[in-house]
Amino acid sequence: MPSVCLYFQIHQPRRLKRYSFFDIGRIHDYEDEDENRRILDRVAEKCYIPAGELLLSLIKKYGDAFRVAFSLSGALIDQLEHFRPDILELFQRLAQTGSVEFLNETDAHSLSFLFSLREFQEQVLRHRERTYRLFGQVGRTFRNTELIYNDSLAVAMEKMGYEAILAEGTENILAERSPNLVYRPPACKTIRLLLRNYKLSDDVAFRFADHHWQGYPLTAEKYAGLLHQSGGAEKVVNLFMDFETFGEHQWQETGIFAFLKAFPGELLRYPDSRFQTPAEAAASHEPADVFACPNVISWADEERDTTAWLGNSLQQDAAKTIYGLETAARLCDDEALLAKWRMLQTSDHFYYMCTKWSADGDVHRYFNPYESPYAAYINYMNIVDDLSRMIGKHTKENRHDTGTGTLFI
Amino acid sequence: MNILMFGWEFPPFISGGLGTACFEMTRAITRLGHSISFVLPLYDKNTPPLPIAAFRDTPAQTATDVAIDNLTLLHLPALLHPYLHAGGYQLTYLSEQEKFPDRKHIYGSNLVSEVRRYGLNAAALSGALSFDVIHSHDWMTIPAALFARGISSKPWILHVHSLEYDRSGEHANREIVEIEREGLEKADRIIAVSSRTKNMIIERYGISPEKISIIYNAVSRAETKIRSHNASQDHRRTVLFLGRITFQKGPDYFVEAAALVLKALPDVTFVMAGAGDMMEQMIRRVGELGIGSHFHFTGFLQGEDLERIFSTSDLYVMPSVSEPFGISPLEAMSYDVPVIISRQSGVSEILKCALKVDFWDVTEMASLILSVLKRPALADAMATEARKELKNIQWLKSAEKIIAVYREAVQTVTHP
Repeated sequence: MPSVCLYFQIHQPRRLKRYSFFDIGRIHDYEDEDENRRILDRVAEKCYIPAGELLLSLIKKYGDAFRVAFSLSGALIDQLEHFRPDILELFQRLAQTGSVEFLNETDAHSLSFLFSLREFQEQVLRHRERTYRLFGQVGRTFRNTELIYNDSLAVAMEKMGYEAILAEGTENILAERSPNLVYRPPACKTIRLLLRNYKLSDDVAFRFADHHWQGYPLTAEKYAGLLHQSGGAEKVVNLFMDFETFGEHQWQETGIFAFLKAFPGELLRYPDSRFQTPAEAAASHEPADVFACPNVISWADEERDTTAWLGNSLQQDAAKTIYGLETAARLCDDEALLAKWRMLQTSDHFYYMCTKWSADGDVHRYFNPYESPYAAYINYMNIVDDLSRMIGKHTKENRHDTGTGTLFI
Repeated sequence: MNILMFGWEFPPFISGGLGTACFEMTRAITRLGHSISFVLPLYDKNTPPLPIAAFRDTPAQTATDVAIDNLTLLHLPALLHPYLHAGGYQLTYLSEQEKFPDRKHIYGSNLVSEVRRYGLNAAALSGALSFDVIHSHDWMTIPAALFARGISSKPWILHVHSLEYDRSGEHANREIVEIEREGLEKADRIIAVSSRTKNMIIERYGISPEKISIIYNAVSRAETKIRSHNASQDHRRTVLFLGRITFQKGPDYFVEAAALVLKALPDVTFVMAGAGDMMEQMIRRVGELGIGSHFHFTGFLQGEDLERIFSTSDLYVMPSVSEPFGISPLEAMSYDVPVIISRQSGVSEILKCALKVDFWDVTEMASLILSVLKRPALADAMATEARKELKNIQWLKSAEKIIAVYREAVQTVTHP
């Protein structure tokens, strides 16, 4: 019987307001606060509160035997602090049970690893600090935005002191090997790699309510049986999914909450079974093999690469533009401008510009507040244009004030 | 299948999108092995009849193109030409009286009576033809199709490319609306060029949705189209409006947007290609706004001029107030020109790689124009996606759907 490792991602982007070319230089607030508040309230009602309370009751019922992990993006934490401190408090209560691990990620839910190692590290440190302050935990496990991963990320995270790192168990990289083993990235000594079992994860996250799926209906009993068949004690089945699966992606009417409620009991009926958090699973399993992944992978779309965010020329142009502002943004030494620059790095802004119309196109459209990828790009670039002017202005003022103009060239 | 088709414009006499649509549609239908007798009014007696050369001059896309064999064009003299309105008809009628005093008793004394007179003659002509279905386009052919069905008892399919409410808004000509209503009520099947048009037929004319099929228009992409516009810095950017300069096409919104764009980006040229009853008003407004040095009127264009204007443009804008479909954005896309289209158009229902705007939102229109001109990555991405998208917007596919409507009508419709 393998260990089962449940990790839920929680993220909501800070969506942008409609921003016309004629707003450039005139309007410097970029966020659609009403829309963000509306969506946050809806998701809180449908998912965060019922699913969070359910997990609390399950931990109460099963004690140490039931364990889960969360990662809350900094973009979400920003919004919870602003709009819904009650939800933050709910997660703090979960943290106090001692059965929940909180992972670290990039604070802005950004693609910064692909563009600037310095910016990436700063965002990780900021997220680590916030997680400690809110939940009293020093991060042991790292998950990068959208499970973007390669060998050099593992090296960087080992240097930053992490014990475990998460990635997608894609078939083309696994090549016959099991995703249910703990691996060691090449050129790493201590950090351990946990791979998402995408088939078993997506049975719940995507297929749970799909009447055409041969596994339908998925009961907790059946699912626990499937997990039990996944091997012996050396195995770890990693079930990673969005927390919004419960109540938002899969509505309450599908029976998803009843499933979640029954699942721990069904699994724990197998006497040798156990739940572990990612850090616990990494600590209690020796690496079975070295797992090399030189190319960048992610958990998105069929391609499992970065094309969902950087696949077309619009996305590449937008990313190049925002990361091109790094030096100037830092020179401003203005926290508010830096915060805006980071908010604009959130991966969702690039996701909205995706022009893949295939099977995954439907998923893209569902989450897209824009009429088209072109509209998303235009809106984003107008805003970045304004930010760039603000940064330029600020830098000039700084120069003038300090009289050290040459320093900045 | 043999089809009796009533139209009112066909190459080389073209003043709007209907002529292009009829040409491409009949070409596709005949290529699928069906025969068409296409009846249409001919205004100018001196123009050579049977302009079958229109087919010959268009390069066949495959060696098996059989379009010429299966299409017969039948012209009937009438004082009708497309997009005619009642006042325009009076002028034509009077000038015709002066030119040919002996002929004046032939034509109707007003537009509607002329349409009915023409309809009777066209239907009489059909008595000599053998056909399985009647397919007619828009209001002017309704009396002809109605009479022809009375004579033949064959099923009649009315194809709606545009309604009087699209062309004239709330100033609709009641007599024309009544002809449309009669046609929509009596036709056996209706083809609408968009769901926008279908809804208008249901809401404005009270027609049952069951007999209406939506079949979108398409575009034929010629194999070699030369793109002479480029993104180099010294090239002055050109933004194109192409269409009749009438209420329906929203030329006034284009002019206002141009003025806003020029304030932010002075080095842009705007081109208004077309003719129409709002042209003088537009010229005056351009003068008032003081943007004449950046705003050009070309008049009506066709043939090589049309190709040249598309291929030298950097952006095409269709700000139509009410556009049942709108083929010209598809033509622009076939020249790799990015397009901005109004949400009040049928083509916006199918186009993904277009920027969309409400026709009245001039500021947003200007903002989008500026984005396309200032961000080369945007125009490039749109052109790349447009090439993929156009592959799926083909006349042969639309023709197959039209034939399916014919077959269904032939099987189920019976007239005593």
